[in-house]
Amino acid sequence: MEATTRSSAIRDGLGVGIAVGLSGVAFGAAATTAGLSVAQACALSLFAFTGASQFALVGVVAGGGSLIAGTAGAALLGARNGLYGLRMAGTLDLRGWRRLPTAHGVIDETTAVAMAQPDEESARTGFMVTFVSLYLIWNATTLAGSLGTSWLADPAVLGLDVVGPATFLAILWPRLSGKDPEARGLRPIAAGGAAVALAATPFTPPGVPVLLSALVVLALLLRRPR
Amino acid sequence: MSVWWAIAATCVACYAFKFAGLSAPRRILDHPGVQRFATLVPVALLAALIAVQTFADGQALHLDWPRTAGLGAAVVALLLRAPFLVVLAAAAAVTAALRYVLG
Repeated sequence: MEATTRSSAIRDGLGVGIAVGLSGVAFGAAATTAGLSVAQACALSLFAFTGASQFALVGVVAGGGSLIAGTAGAALLGARNGLYGLRMAGTLDLRGWRRLPTAHGVIDETTAVAMAQPDEESARTGFMVTFVSLYLIWNATTLAGSLGTSWLADPAVLGLDVVGPATFLAILWPRLSGKDPEARGLRPIAAGGAAVALAATPFTPPGVPVLLSALVVLALLLRRPR
Repeated sequence: MSVWWAIAATCVACYAFKFAGLSAPRRILDHPGVQRFATLVPVALLAALIAVQTFADGQALHLDWPRTAGLGAAVVALLLRAPFLVVLAAAAAVTAALRYVLG
């Protein structure tokens, strides 16, 4: 592997790890505002370590929703990490016990950085750098955000509520903005997923609309096999 | 069901999905349907998350102007090829500034 691709993978990983890691402040603040204790917020960041599921569960707790439905929604959101794991297994090429700690790092950000690299060696480097930096910073800022909620009484004042959607947009952007046929094919899928989720929002409990958008994709795949 | 039980179940389930994906037999990926599913589903999920977290408040749809403008700022930053942290900072700054101005 060339030194330039390796340092570029490290730079990508640190950039995403630091930027997304810092947004853990928004999660810690949201969790404590929703009524979770500092220990509960930190437990989610340490052991669930997948932002969308964490935000989904906290949103249901804040809304006083059913905890069983909230847990199911958070778990099903976490199912996409299984899909990332399927795609990353060949690149990471791990055997035995090494899979146990590495599996914890298979999330949106690490997969996105790894898949943006030109070769497998730098993909592995990008994955590990993103995982380690993001894990350390995400957990530190979760603690800071939830402890600091007394002075961050309303996270909305700092605009932190837009960090979640902006993060997802930044992850999605490179895959939709290209002029290639794949990007052209993915744009209607993204638009359809967003439309389905918004249409279902008034009629289903929080968490369900996002899952319905995945079902629509499944239906499309079954109708138009290629 | 206490909140702690919900947290424990969420943590176990999330880790189990990550580990299962990484440990599944390689031949599952050879199936073209699985490949397309693994490519398309995250795109639909992420787009749905953007829409819901921007325009939904519980089960109500509403247009939060500062938040929408913040997402617009993120789009502009992405069009200008800004780094990730700049994209997030631009979104949060525009949202916070508009909230301050609009009271």
